[in-house]
Amino acid sequence: MTATIQSPRSGKIQPKYRRTGGSRGNFEMLAWLFMRLSGVVLVVLIFGHLTVNLLVGEGIHAINFGFVAGKWADPFWQFWDLAMLWLAMLHGTNGVRTIINDYAEKDATRLWLKIVLYAATTVIIVLGTLVIFTFNPCPVANGVQLPGGFCPAP
Amino acid sequence: MSAELAEPASKIELPAGVGGGGEIPSFDVTLRVRRYNPEVSEDATWDDFKVTMYGTDRVLDALHKIKWEMDGSVSFRRSCAHGVCGSDAMRINGRNRLACKTLLKDLDTSKPITVEPIKGLPVEKDLIVDMEPFFQSFREVMPFLINRGHEPTKERLQSAEDRERFDDTTKCILCAACTSSCPVFWTDGQYFGPAAIVNAHRFIFDSRDDAGDMRLEILNDKEGVWRCRTTFNCTEACPRGIQVTQAIAEVKQAILSRKI
Repeated sequence: MTATIQSPRSGKIQPKYRRTGGSRGNFEMLAWLFMRLSGVVLVVLIFGHLTVNLLVGEGIHAINFGFVAGKWADPFWQFWDLAMLWLAMLHGTNGVRTIINDYAEKDATRLWLKIVLYAATTVIIVLGTLVIFTFNPCPVANGVQLPGGFCPAP
Repeated sequence: MSAELAEPASKIELPAGVGGGGEIPSFDVTLRVRRYNPEVSEDATWDDFKVTMYGTDRVLDALHKIKWEMDGSVSFRRSCAHGVCGSDAMRINGRNRLACKTLLKDLDTSKPITVEPIKGLPVEKDLIVDMEPFFQSFREVMPFLINRGHEPTKERLQSAEDRERFDDTTKCILCAACTSSCPVFWTDGQYFGPAAIVNAHRFIFDSRDDAGDMRLEILNDKEGVWRCRTTFNCTEACPRGIQVTQAIAEVKQAILSRKI
């Protein structure tokens, strides 16, 4: 058995550890900052949301289609839920992005997981925003009111 | 082995019960050492060594006994053997420590004590790892004084308060216990690691140094301080008791306050 003894190391680094570098920008700093700020705002938004929905008045028993419709008729709650949607989605997405970055072992895996993540985030944010602003509790199609027991008869 | 020699009689007369620590209890302990030799096998294995040690012995003493009396092929680094040089950081019972600062009696001797190389760096043989990636990160933060003023004719003076600002991070001995305990460093080895940030902190907050901005810019990299997840593994691992995670947080804040 032959063994080759390598020449002494001098600043030789295995390729795995070599930093590819090139990322001068502040993206990671801003992402870090966003996590802190959105986290604080989300605590207020989510506990406000839970209090109003589950504790105030009749509490959990009052929640139904009409309750949600009533809330979204008010621009204040529209804005509240919109902020909650966007902040929670971006906060969560950034967290999962970090986890993917840390745990994905292959670059291809990392890329695909992130594509799936960003696609899902985009769909949910767009759809959610659309619902908050275009929500109509009494939809009418072709002059006929769609079924649902919450709207007064025309 | 030669028979044990009796200790020569003391030349100083001491009353009975004074002087000396009394008899030191001895005990049997099993060390389970992670063995790896790339010239023999690609796989690492565990070897058990049963040794009789004393209450004053450290893990390093047990390793010495193994290497000197049982199996000379056991390889590990150690230099000063007194917790200053930072050569013998290893993973003892799953925690990064210096073998020369860990007393056997402080560990659970009823079970085998596992001794492994520190994680995240390429193992070369047994407990010896390639420290080069670690030192490369250290070099990248420029761990030396950079002063753009005139060369003074005498020492550069500094107030006690200014010195106090970075006192904690001057204690680093570059043993790599922190960096190799960091789960983010384990993932891909790209992260600068706590030790490099600690040594950058030592100069960033030094009032005599003028290159703080350059160092902050280096650590604003995507593999820099923002990869820290504040798991506090580094603070727990540091044999010098440096508040590593706090130092990283201070560097984060310094970058933020410079940018915003």
